[in-house]
Amino acid sequence: MTIKVTKPAPPSDDKRWKLVDVTMRRNGYYGHALIETLHSVQDAFGYLDDVAMQYVAQSLGLPLSRVYGVATFYHLFTLKPMGKHTCVVCTGTACYIKGAGQLLDAIYDRFGVRVGETTPDKQLSVMGARCLGACGLAPAAVLDGAWLANQRPEQLVKRIEEVINDEH
Amino acid sequence: MNIDELRDVAEKVREEAAKCSHCLRVCTAAGCQSSGAGAVVEGLKAAVGDNPQVQVKSVGCMGLCSGGPLVEVESREGGSKVMYQKVTPGDASEIVESLGGRPVERLVCPTDIPFFASQQKIVLENSGVIDPEEIDDYIAADGYQALVTSLTEMQPDDVLREVTRSGLRGRGGGGYPTGLKWSTVAKMPAEQKFVVCNADEGDPGAFMDRGVLESDPHRVLEGMAIAAYAVGASRGYIYIRAEYPLAIERLKTAIRQAGRRRLLGLNICETRFSFDVEIRLGAGAFVCGEETALMASVEGLRGQPRPRPPYPAQEGLWGYPTLINNVETFGNVPSIIRHGGEWFAGIGTENSKGTKIFALAGRIQHTGLIEVPMGIPLREIVHTIGGGIPEGRTFKAVQTGGPSGGCIPESHLDVSVDYDNLRQVGSIMGSGGMIVMDDTSSMVDVARYFMDFCASESCGKCVPCRVGTHEMHGLLDKIARGQGTAADLALLEELCEVVQATSLCGLGQTAPNPVLSTLRYFRHEYEQLLRPSDDEKPASGGQVVTEAKS
Repeated sequence: MTIKVTKPAPPSDDKRWKLVDVTMRRNGYYGHALIETLHSVQDAFGYLDDVAMQYVAQSLGLPLSRVYGVATFYHLFTLKPMGKHTCVVCTGTACYIKGAGQLLDAIYDRFGVRVGETTPDKQLSVMGARCLGACGLAPAAVLDGAWLANQRPEQLVKRIEEVINDEH
Repeated sequence: MNIDELRDVAEKVREEAAKCSHCLRVCTAAGCQSSGAGAVVEGLKAAVGDNPQVQVKSVGCMGLCSGGPLVEVESREGGSKVMYQKVTPGDASEIVESLGGRPVERLVCPTDIPFFASQQKIVLENSGVIDPEEIDDYIAADGYQALVTSLTEMQPDDVLREVTRSGLRGRGGGGYPTGLKWSTVAKMPAEQKFVVCNADEGDPGAFMDRGVLESDPHRVLEGMAIAAYAVGASRGYIYIRAEYPLAIERLKTAIRQAGRRRLLGLNICETRFSFDVEIRLGAGAFVCGEETALMASVEGLRGQPRPRPPYPAQEGLWGYPTLINNVETFGNVPSIIRHGGEWFAGIGTENSKGTKIFALAGRIQHTGLIEVPMGIPLREIVHTIGGGIPEGRTFKAVQTGGPSGGCIPESHLDVSVDYDNLRQVGSIMGSGGMIVMDDTSSMVDVARYFMDFCASESCGKCVPCRVGTHEMHGLLDKIARGQGTAADLALLEELCEVVQATSLCGLGQTAPNPVLSTLRYFRHEYEQLLRPSDDEKPASGGQVVTEAKS
């Protein structure tokens, strides 16, 4: 006897759910594709909310606790929406030795946010990375996906201001 | 594909290349890309226009990251090469105009300096030479020859024998003999086996695997396929950090191309051997570099380690025998099969054969990727290849092995680099990160930094690691702020021993290493920061509280 499990419908008619569905289908809806699926949710929506985790759990036939457990275990997954712009400051050893701490202090002094926080106006999220593997360019940061090498504190703050002000 | 077809492809690429008078190679690995190599490629292509004599090529890492973006100009006649550093798109037309004449002096990066001259390249032999997104380029550099030879002319046992004879040891840090590991998996009677490539390069300050995968992804695939043939596996996974988008992209391209050329997939070389490779993304957990945690993560679970035995070679992914090797280990395999185990065993020291890639970073003149023979003195790496310490500062220590390793001071700089020697001086080979520190770095601060790392990366499964790293970080923080006493230092040392002896996996067992090694060589820095304990202070009429506790 085979048990037919119907796949749940996406939580909304947002087109981005299609991307998530594609990932799950490509992996045959196997539970071991959980991390892959969560990556695609985060790529599409920017973070993992309750609705998304429930949908993934049902689709892959996993208990919600398992999905929540994995989502909170790995540093790369975030359960909170990010700001419009993100600045990732590398805090790997080479960057640390060469002054990543000063970069973070300068960001805090100017924007009032520390690692893992988002400004109240949802403009900027600051994240720390364990190592971006660009140790030759230390201290390094990534602003909205663009690499910034050999940063000085005032230089980085200025660059962030420019990116935020460009929008207005 | 058989060996003749492979040679045909190689011949075609070489003929094509011979038509050009000059080849401009631009490093487009992540380091140079973040300093603008993409625009340099565009600029050079625009400057060359439709001149068929000049070829512009995106290649992998040339090593000297601090000079990026790097461009190498090779002229076919005479084969002379010139390297340019810190190239901008604005320099493109000048470079193109200089072809055939005098090189652009102001951009020239001397390649006779020890940074380039003292290296010996095996795994990185194609880095900075071939286009990592073109399988034919790899084939033209003798790529996939080793795989085809293994499948058509060798038995799995012959492959095992060559690898064992080479003396290759695991490049992920442990240094376990690769031949022995392969033989264990090969001996397991099972209908399904797996080969896993560990590309979860989590050590802060290490970027060797990223360099290899971005510069020569096919080499790793070929190594994996040979391993699969030798141990009898038919499926492979590459577990790679999500933080390396470019490496992931290039790997995906490589897998697709190899599949199309029938060098991966069903019945490779018309033999009965089939092998498929899939990519699995990490999600930012250092502990997933530990093999049992890595397997849990590949299965879609939280990356928590489990006790060994059973070893993955006996019971791995989904309970099947699984071979797990590091990127660099697989990268050595094609060369070993092509040139023979004897050849490989002739390089390096008695117990550590071959070469090792190191990522040089920190307070050092030349930062970047280097590949050197095992046994080279550490001093040569730091002062000759690395060019010493910039800004007139003095050398203090070099940190190897990341959060599991230790700091090596000036007095031990003459140690020759191999697995056993580094262990003797209180550090480890690790995966190959080398961070140089000058006299401005506080060793207590460095120890605190690594303990913070370990505390936040501890998976939480076993108590010694979960609580111990947290407590040790608290003590280090207290000492670094000048609040610690001699009793705190004693407690810290005791905790180091406990955590080392009782943790479940490598992360916890090695977490105290940075503290222990800095205590061993820089104890005075800790002691300088201690404040006198309360009972040593002149009595101010109050009770001594500590006695009441006992």
